[in-house]
Amino acid sequence: MPSSPRTATASPMAPPRSFLWSRRIFLTLLTGFVTVPVYVMVSSSLKPLPDVTGEFRWLPSEVTIRPYIDIWSTVPLARYFLNSLIVAGAATVCSVVIAVFSAYAVSRYTFRGRRVFTVTVLSTQMFPGILFLLPLFLIYVNLGNATGIALFGSRGGLILTYLTFSLPFSVWMLIGYFDSVPRDLDEAAMVDGCGPLGALFRVVVPAATPGIVAVAVYAFMTAWGEVLFASVMTNDTTRTLAVGLQGYSTLNDVYWNQIMAASLVVSVPVVAGFLLLQRYLVAGLTAGAVK
Amino acid sequence: MSPNTAMTATAPTAETAARKTSSGAEPGPRRRTGRIRRIGLPYLLLLPALLLELLVHLVPMVIGIVMSFKELTQFHIRDWGTAPWAGLDNYKVSVDFDAPVGAALLHSFFVTLAFTVLSVGLCWILGTAAAIYLQDTFRGRGLLRALFLVPYALPVYAAVITWVFMFQHDNGLVNHVLHDQLGLTDKPSFWLIGDNSFVALLTVSVWKGWPFAFLIVMAGLQNIPRELYEAAALDGAGMIQQVRRITLPSLRPVNQVLVLVLFLWTFNDFNTPFVLFGRTAPEAADLISVHIYQASFVTWNFGTGSAMSVLLLLFLLVVTGVYLVLTSRRRRPSHA
Repeated sequence: MPSSPRTATASPMAPPRSFLWSRRIFLTLLTGFVTVPVYVMVSSSLKPLPDVTGEFRWLPSEVTIRPYIDIWSTVPLARYFLNSLIVAGAATVCSVVIAVFSAYAVSRYTFRGRRVFTVTVLSTQMFPGILFLLPLFLIYVNLGNATGIALFGSRGGLILTYLTFSLPFSVWMLIGYFDSVPRDLDEAAMVDGCGPLGALFRVVVPAATPGIVAVAVYAFMTAWGEVLFASVMTNDTTRTLAVGLQGYSTLNDVYWNQIMAASLVVSVPVVAGFLLLQRYLVAGLTAGAVK
Repeated sequence: MSPNTAMTATAPTAETAARKTSSGAEPGPRRRTGRIRRIGLPYLLLLPALLLELLVHLVPMVIGIVMSFKELTQFHIRDWGTAPWAGLDNYKVSVDFDAPVGAALLHSFFVTLAFTVLSVGLCWILGTAAAIYLQDTFRGRGLLRALFLVPYALPVYAAVITWVFMFQHDNGLVNHVLHDQLGLTDKPSFWLIGDNSFVALLTVSVWKGWPFAFLIVMAGLQNIPRELYEAAALDGAGMIQQVRRITLPSLRPVNQVLVLVLFLWTFNDFNTPFVLFGRTAPEAADLISVHIYQASFVTWNFGTGSAMSVLLLLFLLVVTGVYLVLTSRRRRPSHA
């Protein structure tokens, strides 16, 4: 390190030059690495078909919004979109509500099996998805045959599956978050006549909103992006974007401009939502999980 | 405020303990009976989560283990309970490394291990470096932070499909830059088949995964008191010294969890290779999840597939156990 103790003492907050340069170089390279695929996605979605079938070009020969019109008719994108929205939305709502209840129990009560519960729930994160894909597939098929409730191939089955995917992380993060809400607050609410659930919803939940928002964002992203179970457990009517988007490339022609346009369209809701709410995610992680 | 406050807290914190001594109040008996009557409440609150975890994770896992001892092929799939028992045959086939099935599984295992170690290492280094570099405020910091999170926020299939386009042989960006513009290769390379596919998979995985490390480390950094750095700077510690002596040690508990989670997610990753290569991955990038998927759904041999999944789970259990023992042993002296 070339900076002498004296310069550091003179201005402890001003980083040395070598640091500034290494930061500039590193961040420039990293920005390039991150940006290039995003740029390819955006620019290719505005290209006419010959631009994406021939040699790659950085700039479109002409800018066209044609791909954005065609994506809706090449494959039933609107239906996939709606399916994804229903599945991810329902999974998020259920997952968050269930996680709030569980985290409240673990954070505020001592009871037998408390540790077993947290360890078990967390360890499900370790399971390879492939291990329970086959049995779950059989359970859903057999439950359907036995009870008439169609789980396999239905949105309900997918919702049920996805909400458990985000549940462990959500519970874990909310426990930390609820722990950081002073117990005096819910005690005061209980003294004022609230029951435990009243205290939860009137005091703890409002105080933990950033954490809950973060968990909701995470749950939605998990469900919106899952591929493995979507590829096995959906049929033509319930297909989600994760599988539907591959429809563009299995046709005789690969409409790369349309694939990029569709990718962009399905990404915008989650990316925009995530970037708007990432503040809460970082705050939630800081208060909860990372502590 | 009630004087009973301290007693209802499950684990008394310093704050509530202090309150208890200052108020000096004992818990009222009425309060206590109220708590006993409510003893079922925590279990009631946990019930939905428990039921769902049972249905989707634990019961299927048990069934999966049972299935691994059965001879479960397409003939028995409709009525899998009647499938004949196979004893340890599925396991014997899986770990017979001289026969094609076992050899392929072993190869896939080593590919996955190499891929995971490299991917987790690179994700961690990039994420930590970026988080440290973005710690001070400077112009454009917020923008960079948002930009860096984009790969993580993108749905896996949208991100990976873009990379598939970039890796195309004739019309992809990667060959255009490496071959046409820079002239680094004699002829355009194939990226999604053959040996290069490992590099392609690693690139996509790191691109998609490092922002998670960045996010977690960024959150962890916010818990390090600013004064520590100021004191160190006054004592003459340079930037590198500060990172080595303050930042990294303070991040150790965060890193302990982060590295484990990254390892498990990457080792089990199915989405990235599945979108990148389709149902059958090239040999050089034959990750274990896709390998088992292929062994089960493409060849309809669920028994062997289950046995392979159980072996994978056992491996992950052992790794996690050893990891937790090692890291907590290393942590203890520093806390003492």
